[in-house]
Formats: sequence, C-alpha cells, structure tokens
Amino acid sequence: MHELGIMESAMSTVLAQAREHGARQVHRIVLRIGALAGVEPQALRFAFEIVSRGTPADGAELAVENVPARVHCADCAADFDVAGGFVFTCPRCRALCADLRQGRELELARIEMT
Amino acid sequence: MCVECGCGTAVPFGIKVLSVLAPGLLRATSAPAAPAPEPPAKAVDLRIPLLAKNDRQAAQNRAEFARRRMLALNLVSSPGAGKTTLLGRTLDEFGLTTRCAVVVGDLETDNDARRLARSHAPVAQITTGTACHLDAEMVAKSAGALDLAGVRVLFIENVGNLVCPAEFDLGETLRVVLLSTTEGEEKPLKYPPIFKTAHIVLMTKVDVADALGFDRKLAAENVRRIAPQAKLIEVSARSGEGLADWYEVLRAALPPA
Repeated sequence: MHELGIMESAMSTVLAQAREHGARQVHRIVLRIGALAGVEPQALRFAFEIVSRGTPADGAELAVENVPARVHCADCAADFDVAGGFVFTCPRCRALCADLRQGRELELARIEMT
Repeated sequence: MCVECGCGTAVPFGIKVLSVLAPGLLRATSAPAAPAPEPPAKAVDLRIPLLAKNDRQAAQNRAEFARRRMLALNLVSSPGAGKTTLLGRTLDEFGLTTRCAVVVGDLETDNDARRLARSHAPVAQITTGTACHLDAEMVAKSAGALDLAGVRVLFIENVGNLVCPAEFDLGETLRVVLLSTTEGEEKPLKYPPIFKTAHIVLMTKVDVADALGFDRKLAAENVRRIAPQAKLIEVSARSGEGLADWYEVLRAALPPA
C-alpha cells in the first residue's frame, strides 16, 4: 500500500494550498498520473478517502488525468508513444529503448476550493 | 501488504482487476466536475509532485552523499532474493579494502543488521513497522546515526518488495535490482516498473540455476527487454561466481576521492 504514503504526502500539499488561499472547503482535486508511474489509481482513491477524513478536503472529488508513456529512441532519435506494456520497441528501427521522456508523472495538477 | 499495486496502471494487463473493482469509482475519472460547489470556487493549477516531501529529502541525501564522495546503492528485490547474503560477502571481500556501511530495512527484527555486523563496517537497522518500502527520511536518519568517516560505499538494503520501492527515491547514486534464480525467469516481465528504474540488475543464486531448471539466457533476455539500460551481472554469493565483476562495477562507480 505505498499509495497510502503517496496520498498522505499529497494531502499535506493540498491542505497547505487550501490554507494559503484561505479556502474552507476543497471540492475537487486533479492528479496527473503517468501510465508507468507504478501506482494504482484505485488504491489512490481508497487512500484519499482515508487521509481526507475530517479535513477540508473531506468529500472532495478526486479526478485522475492520465499521461501516456513517451519514449525516445537512442538509436534513431525517434520519439514514440507506448501503446501498452513495458517493452519499448522503437516502431521505426525496432531497437529496444529505455529513455522514458514522459509517463512517470505523479503530480498534483489542480485544486478547486471555496 | 501491497500485492500487485503497480500492475494495473499500464492498463492492458490490468483490465481484469480494474473492471472488477472499479466501475463506481472509475466513473468519477471521466465524469465532468461534481455538482457545482457553492460559488465562487477558486481553482489553482499546479505541478507539484505528490511525493514532493520525499523528493526534497532525497535531493538532500544525494547532495550529502556527494559531499562525502560516497557511492550510495539502493538494493531492491523480492523477499529472499539474497540481498543480505550478497552484502555479507561483499563486506567480507570488497569491504576489506574499501570502507563500506549498510542501512537495512525490514518491517520487524534486527536480524539482518546482526547478520551483517562486522567490526570494519557500520550497520544500522531500520524497522519500518508496516511500511512496505524505505523512504528518504528513514535513510537520512539511519545513515546519520552511523559513523560515516572514511566510508566510500553506503549500501541501502531496501525492504523486500518488488513493487513499492520503485517510486521512492532515496537519494541513491545507483539502483540495484536483484533477481534470484529461485524466482523464475519471468520476474522482470511480471514486475516491470522496478526493473525500468534499475541501473544494475544482479541475477543471484546462479550456482543453483541448473538444479532449478532456471534458464539463465532466457532470464537475461527478459531483463534486457524490460531494462535495456541496466548492466546485468550474474552472481552467486555462495560459489563466488561473478562477484569479481560486481566488485569491479562498484569500484568503477566510486566517486573520485
């Protein structure tokens, strides 16, 4: 359940932002999560319900914006989106690639509050 | 513990689990904003890492390790892949000429620290309670409790877990993922996120590969497909096979004194 730790960390940022903006209630939180971030959105939601209880974010909607994985080929310099899976084969030259340029995001993207 | 918590993310093979567990909650992802809150709502757009606190501490650790001219290695594997045995022998051989220190994480007990205790290498045990991974703060505190004078290599033995430690930067110089022959050749395919982040992959317990019917070539190919960036070394901490290569990689990675 590393999602719980991640969500605890996220919640402290959310609450700090709410305080900074003088908000009493957080209504919606948007997370940006890469396809290869290694977290389970479902587990994040579960963790959110637990860690938001009794805070100004209690009852807020948790939305997830997915970020596709994008890889750079070191052999032929092509950039390509990964359709799925963890083996990154360059569609142009068939090389196996490791240079992930996008897809590991694990970010707080937006907070809506009053 | 966190079984399979990383595998639903890249969707194709996670579909089954998601469709069983998710419908009600997934709807929220694609649905427009919840019923309008009482106005005026204020929205702020941000780009703050969810693990900002850990990332900050990891950056501090990295700076501290660099200041001390120390190589820090984060060793990650399933439970029982042979991290402690490998480290014990590494301390007895490599550690005789290059000063090493170890911090080792487990949920409970200080058995590993006691197994690793050597007069020439300071060792600290971290017990995480229920946490399934080490984080940067635990490493900072435990490393800070050791006498690091003259230490050139800090081994951080993570909690045995092939999923959660992937997301937690400890400030290490290099990440080492162990794959033991007793686990089967397909581990990299089944637990790809952690292998994706590896600088070095150690195939351990190769001395018993034949007895287990473990196909070393196939396992190496699976590592290469998932982690083409990683250096693969096949070792046995019992027979000593491959350890010279391991020590050579450590030596080559040492920051200039």
